[in-house]
Amino acid sequence: MDNEENSLLDHITQGEYKYGFVTDIEMETAPKGLNEDIIRFISSKKKEPEFLLEMRLTAYREWLKMSEPRWAHLRYKPVDYQDIHYYAAPKKKQELQRLDEVDPELLQTFEKLGISLEEQKRLTGVAVDAVFDSVSVKTTFSETLEKLGIIFCSFSEAVQKHPDLVREYMGSVVPSNDNFFAALNTAVFSDGSFCYIPRGVRCPIELSTYFRINAARTGQFERTLIIADEGSYVSYMEGCTAPMRDENQLHAAVVEIIALKDAEVKYSTVQNWYPGDKEGRGGIYNFVTKRGMCRGSHSRISWTQVETGSAVTWKYPSVILLGDHSVGEFYSVAVTNHHQQADTGTKMIHIGSHTKSTIISKGISAGRSNNSYRGLVKIIKRAQNARNFSQCDSLLLGDQCGAHTFPYINVENKSAIVEHEATTSKISDDQLFYCQQRGISTENAIGLIVNGYAKEVLRHLPMEFAVEAQKLLSISLEGSVG
Amino acid sequence: MEQIVKTMSLKEQLSDQFQRHRDIIGRNDTPLIAQAREQAFHRFMEQGFPSDHLERWRNTDLKRTLSLDYDQDIVAPALNTEVSNLLRCNIPHFDTFLVSLYNGWYISENGSWITRPDGIVIGSLAQAIKHFSTLVEESFARIGQATRNGLEALNNAFAQDGIFIYVPDHVSADQTIQIVSMVDHDRNLLLQNRNLIIMGKNSRLKLVHCDDSLNQQPSFTNTITEILLGEGAVIDHYKLQNINDNSSVISTTLFHQEANSQLSTHVTVLNGGLIRNDIYVDMEGENCTSDICGLYLVDKNQHVDNQVQVNHLKPYGTSNQLFKGIIDDHARAVFNGHVHVHRNAQKTNAYQSNKNILLTDKATVNTKPFLEIYADDVKCSHGATVGQLDQEALFYIRSRGISYDNARLLLMYAFAAEVINKITIEPLRLRMDDLVKKRLRGELSICDQCVLHCRTKENTVSFDIDMSKI
Repeated sequence: MDNEENSLLDHITQGEYKYGFVTDIEMETAPKGLNEDIIRFISSKKKEPEFLLEMRLTAYREWLKMSEPRWAHLRYKPVDYQDIHYYAAPKKKQELQRLDEVDPELLQTFEKLGISLEEQKRLTGVAVDAVFDSVSVKTTFSETLEKLGIIFCSFSEAVQKHPDLVREYMGSVVPSNDNFFAALNTAVFSDGSFCYIPRGVRCPIELSTYFRINAARTGQFERTLIIADEGSYVSYMEGCTAPMRDENQLHAAVVEIIALKDAEVKYSTVQNWYPGDKEGRGGIYNFVTKRGMCRGSHSRISWTQVETGSAVTWKYPSVILLGDHSVGEFYSVAVTNHHQQADTGTKMIHIGSHTKSTIISKGISAGRSNNSYRGLVKIIKRAQNARNFSQCDSLLLGDQCGAHTFPYINVENKSAIVEHEATTSKISDDQLFYCQQRGISTENAIGLIVNGYAKEVLRHLPMEFAVEAQKLLSISLEGSVG
Repeated sequence: MEQIVKTMSLKEQLSDQFQRHRDIIGRNDTPLIAQAREQAFHRFMEQGFPSDHLERWRNTDLKRTLSLDYDQDIVAPALNTEVSNLLRCNIPHFDTFLVSLYNGWYISENGSWITRPDGIVIGSLAQAIKHFSTLVEESFARIGQATRNGLEALNNAFAQDGIFIYVPDHVSADQTIQIVSMVDHDRNLLLQNRNLIIMGKNSRLKLVHCDDSLNQQPSFTNTITEILLGEGAVIDHYKLQNINDNSSVISTTLFHQEANSQLSTHVTVLNGGLIRNDIYVDMEGENCTSDICGLYLVDKNQHVDNQVQVNHLKPYGTSNQLFKGIIDDHARAVFNGHVHVHRNAQKTNAYQSNKNILLTDKATVNTKPFLEIYADDVKCSHGATVGQLDQEALFYIRSRGISYDNARLLLMYAFAAEVINKITIEPLRLRMDDLVKKRLRGELSICDQCVLHCRTKENTVSFDIDMSKI
């Protein structure tokens, strides 16, 4: 590697996080620590029905029996679960009806993040639900959606207004005792987004949630539940940021998607949590359980994710393909830099016959980071004619980083066709030379190649997000991507 | 002969046996080896047999194997037949130098310590402790340090005999050396062998290693083979496994490669109750190449597990893994390929491929080809497929008037041929070709004979296909 490239990589490694500001806003927090009283406090604060409190307490008791998973290719300081505020919310004055009633300070924050709710509302036609320290602050466009019968609101509102739906579907995809972090989330989740698309409705706009951790020493435990009834369609987007802090903050979310017969859900996410500084101090621990279930036949769930943030990522958006002819898709770009670590991938569980799944995963590691793909493709005995194609590629920038692939393939049916392929390499000298030879600087050439490399995934993102994702790629690899 | 009391678990039995007979087990040992044995025994007592809680063992369950009672010989039993009766190899035109492990003990017509005219030394491990004590000590120390699983520790504690081969610098063996591990006993045997093969600088060796059983009696083999390749050494290593359905073989092979050495190893699993091959390749010098191939054809309730770990420790290494399998009936095949490229192993090329054909809905494949890479200037790729015979190809062949069964055989054979064709020793390749055809036709399923010791006259297998019609 020549000097120019070295300095370039140094430059890349010096990219800083742009969303690291703190909003000074009046907060209401629960005391630190976790016990049944805290859970009761959260539940009463949110005026929850009895069944939900029961669910929380059951999950908490299960959680006490579990231990933190250590099998991932990750190294981090153990989390002290008693040193976290499990509830932090902007102080509410009254029920908000209009956007201009929202604390102007908050609105400014979202503007800084580039998601001005006002602007979004007018220009893009995207319905936004913004979640600030686990509490949903404002959902735009609710009225338009209401006309179509679409429910898009904060989780707490859904609990109040649609308890039957919540009761029926919550925990049906990710049971409370599914894993350590899911159990923790079920016990202490504070808010999140809820979305229900009625039968035969095609959601005309893209639904979007923005998550922001603001307060210090808090954990964010939001919960998202998306239900697509028969024949419906929805495209859902999620974005997240957090301020820069020296300590590690915990984010343990649960996302559940249910697609009934002929329904289609497209879930896109751009994760831009604070990744820690260049020395690896601070940053978010992102331990998230995301799972979708194609319950009906011909249903379809697609995950698209761009991972640039969080110090440690432990995340496997999965699809359970229960209905016959259902389709699961997973597209991912994971960028790690500095001391970031990511262990991410997907699970495709084929249960119905003629089910199909596609996995495209692109990892980019730079600095001293470690980036792992961990995936499972499982085809059970009764899943006739199942089909899977997986491709996971890794790109290495710099000689101090690591890229790993752990694909598990378990097949029990002879009619299945499963293909997996993966490559790991650095940007080839040939490609660089080719670009340079045509007068493109090394810096731009690397940008070009990285963008081209990720294109296959980026093109699955909705328009607005694709632009943001490309910007993020350039911030994460600052200095190289033009 | 040690008759083990039935009421104890295998682990307790082994512990009991070790404690009562440690003097006999270690009668040939140097102090260092004795110390390594002692440590290994304690490690085994801590770790026990591997369970499915271990990542590398999650798909291989030893319960069935461990539920049986086994006898383990502490001293070599007397042979009641001529050695020459036990050693026969009738692969046509295949001239090999044969040494054998008969029920776990070294036998050879030429004695227990042989120096061939070309300088190659072949002998039993017991003799090697006397003649090359440092080399054996080092081997025991290496395995002693490894903490991968309890079985390796168990072997380090108990292994008394095995094959030792030393190829001096610049010597190239003109004859293929063949090791036959044969199990022929009317009681359940537990065998723990340790083979050590040392290759000097720029030496060359062709080695064929067969695991066979001569009857249907269950047995449990836990063997470790260490092969050290000196600078520029070249080895062609073949492993053929054809044991009965009631037996289990856990075979661990460790290759250590010095600079510029070339390794080619080839595993063929034809039959066996539970077969597990742990292959470790450590590229300790620059510019090493290794080719690791495998073919497994399993049916009934058989279980085959191939675990390959290639450690690229130095730059300019190339490794290539190709494993293919056909899984029938209730059988299960596991493949775990691990390529670990260390930080300074720049300019590494590593390829990995695992392809499986499932013939029934009761058969299972678990495959995990994984890459762990810490160097940036590398080219690594892996691929895995699980599928069935190509319906279009089947149709094509049938449309030319070939019966369904024959078309199926032809395609399966073609699938396997990619691996068989990599065998460079011509007579061996022809024989393997033949055996695979027989196996696919179901003629080898009840094989009570060794792969290379077929007593029947050589008769080639051909498909009933009129080639003129194709």
